[in-house]
Amino acid sequence: MAEAWIDILRILDGTLRLAAPLILCAMAGLISERSGIIDIGLEGKLLAGAFASAAVASLAGSATGAGLFEAMPWLGEGGAETAASVLNAAAPWWGLLAAILVCMFLGAVHGFACITHRGDHIISGVAVNILAAGLTVVVGFALFRQGGQSPPLGRDERFGPLQWPGAEGAAEIPVIGPLYAELISGHNILVYVALLAVPLVALLLYRTTFGLRLRAVGETPEAVDTAGISVHWLRYRAVLIAGLLCGIAGCYLSTAHGAGFVREMSAGKGFIALAAMIFGKWRPWTTLFACLLFGFLESGAARLQGVELPLIGPAPVELILVLPYVMTVILLAGFFGKAVPPRALGQPYGKGRGK
Amino acid sequence: MSAPGVASVPPPAVRLSGIVKRFGPVVANDHVDLEVAPGTIHGIIGENGAGKSTLVSILYGFYGHDEGTIEIDGREVRIGSPADAIAAGIGMVHQHFMLVPTFTVLENVMLGAEGGFTLGPGARETRAELARLSADYGLEIDPDALVGDLPVGLRQRVEILKALRRSARILILDEPTGVLTPGETDRLFEILHALRDRGVTILLITHKLREIMEGTDAVSVMRRGRMVGHRKTSGTSREELAELMVGRKVLLEAEHGAPTVGEVALAAQGLSWRDAGGALRLDDVSLELRAGEILGVAGVSGNGQSELLDVLSGIRPLQQGAISYAGRTIDAKHPVDPAEMRRLGLAHVPEDRHHTGLVLPFEACENAVLGYHDGPKAGEGPFVSPSRIRGHCAGMMTEFDVRPPNPRLAARGFSGGNQQKIVIAREIDAAPKVLLVGQPTRGVDIGAIEFIHAQLLALRDAGCALLLVSVELDEIFALSDRIMVMNAGKVVGTLPRAEADRNRLGLMMAGVAA
Repeated sequence: MAEAWIDILRILDGTLRLAAPLILCAMAGLISERSGIIDIGLEGKLLAGAFASAAVASLAGSATGAGLFEAMPWLGEGGAETAASVLNAAAPWWGLLAAILVCMFLGAVHGFACITHRGDHIISGVAVNILAAGLTVVVGFALFRQGGQSPPLGRDERFGPLQWPGAEGAAEIPVIGPLYAELISGHNILVYVALLAVPLVALLLYRTTFGLRLRAVGETPEAVDTAGISVHWLRYRAVLIAGLLCGIAGCYLSTAHGAGFVREMSAGKGFIALAAMIFGKWRPWTTLFACLLFGFLESGAARLQGVELPLIGPAPVELILVLPYVMTVILLAGFFGKAVPPRALGQPYGKGRGK
Repeated sequence: MSAPGVASVPPPAVRLSGIVKRFGPVVANDHVDLEVAPGTIHGIIGENGAGKSTLVSILYGFYGHDEGTIEIDGREVRIGSPADAIAAGIGMVHQHFMLVPTFTVLENVMLGAEGGFTLGPGARETRAELARLSADYGLEIDPDALVGDLPVGLRQRVEILKALRRSARILILDEPTGVLTPGETDRLFEILHALRDRGVTILLITHKLREIMEGTDAVSVMRRGRMVGHRKTSGTSREELAELMVGRKVLLEAEHGAPTVGEVALAAQGLSWRDAGGALRLDDVSLELRAGEILGVAGVSGNGQSELLDVLSGIRPLQQGAISYAGRTIDAKHPVDPAEMRRLGLAHVPEDRHHTGLVLPFEACENAVLGYHDGPKAGEGPFVSPSRIRGHCAGMMTEFDVRPPNPRLAARGFSGGNQQKIVIAREIDAAPKVLLVGQPTRGVDIGAIEFIHAQLLALRDAGCALLLVSVELDEIFALSDRIMVMNAGKVVGTLPRAEADRNRLGLMMAGVAA
């Protein structure tokens, strides 16, 4: 009994770990798409973020005073030592910062193409994906000479698990105890950030002036324009926020959940997040639910690997993994509940009215 | 202090001087001057493309202007964006509403004037303000209703409320009555008068003479980008304004003699039609159409008229009911396609000439045989003869006064009125027994309206049966011998023209049985 409970908790625990990057990416996509900008470049941003984070965390973690002094003599010898210790001490944070900046930059590039130049959102997004897939390997090779990977990150170079107060003692308490120790405590900080991102995005969308305008600009940009608000600036802010969230997700992949960057490590998570966002009908809480569902199926499938099920035989792991996609297709086909995208999604806005 | 006689004259609420706006080589506004006295309703009338909308778009900051100055209340202002216009106290109700359909009324009114980082306090304030405005001006509305669920009349009210919420003292309305029933139009003018009486200055853009004569204090007329006249409404007449708009004398009412009614040409029994979403668009519609008469179908756009035309012409297959025409009975089991109907002598001028009436990138001569391209007009057997097509079109263009009379010009190169003449000429040229006409003069200038109306009446007198669908009541009155009113897919009633008046039709259009 207790064993089964622990098993369930382990699956749920895995659900959270696997869902965290999906949640962050899906929230990024949601902000972008609610403003009318299709964000198929989530995948590329996630990958670029993962690389930037691992690369910078690795460089920061291994920085030495001597090395820095050689590269930047103007720091002075003492200054270089101090700088190195600052870099060493906060290596994962520097990685996070780098991931955010890179993703915001990619978001801005996407915005420049789609907002300023009224380009096709899909083409620009695909370009971001291809760019990220190629550049991460090329730059990674140039920096580390390890076939496009980053060096494995040490304990101090990544975000480690946070043990909540009393978690060890609590594990002894039956039922509730393991729940606290296994499921709630013991994740790295970015998992909590991901979970916190959902209410924050919901508040932003539904309780603030910015959110009202953001939702309006995705539906009827003309209405926003005639109300005297800049459509372009609103959309730029949306893609920048999306970049921020993607950056956190990327950092999670390589510098918290994983320990270093591996080529193609995003492995379609950006697209799955996009599907989760559609499955969640472009709404924060339902999207969270979709991400958790996708995470749960993945986590469950991993647990069931090689397990003999009664009547069925070996667990059909592939079938379970395919479920989210099947459900997304069914949803999009309009079988249960209609997924209505923002009305102006993918349409460039400019004052080309009339003549 | 100041000289007697000059003292109490306030500066004009709006003064535009020498406004020039070019779009490439086209001069949309050519040194336009305009003065609007404060607290008046000032109409701007002109044909499509006369530059009215461009002018008010400049005033609202949508377009920059190339030359000229704008003064508000006697002070020169620079208006580079809608934000500047709003700050100067200008509000605008656009022809196509600028509303977010998935938002509530309250959210729409707040958008752009939220007052703070979070929505809560602004929402409470806006709610109170809406209550006050509704009490003051009779602008009642449920602040929590979804705008997408509201009828157009109320959506327009939301637009007006948006402007008032931003304390607009100058309100621009661009073709505000195009989508309204006569009753809603009357209500709109009551509201505008109430606003005027409290000092709001109103600029009303329209192409409808009736609204200018009934609703405004002063009027300015535009033609081809220029201001061609300013009049006090009380000192002018429909005829004078029409002449100013067109540049020549026009006959506003076509000669409408008594019809010589013959046999029943087409009869429909109990037609019902559901769209793909399952909504009942036509609900048990029956009608009889006789040779030599024009049956006008009146109703607010979207009440089943389009579906009726499509079902009668064979474009949409019949689901329920039957049509008897040319000795045949057409029902769900015995469908026809539009080509066969056309062969049986039923011609159709579709409502939307851009999408269904013409192929815009094609040459005029090709468009002039569309639907008849299998016949002798276009060539022999499977071959088309370009020279024959061009010759046929040239003859048609002379007869119908299409300008420019160039069969090789792409259809999109013609003005709306001339495009419509091509469509109507094509269908009349087929010498139909029954002609279905949808919105024959939508977006067409007065001169062309006069011509098209005369052609349709001539066809009636030649013994053709016409079914005329129009959202313009003036047009229904000008042409129809009998008037059928539709609401929500049903026939509310059919009246002889002599018994119909605007009030009665207005009530019927709103669904109140006669």
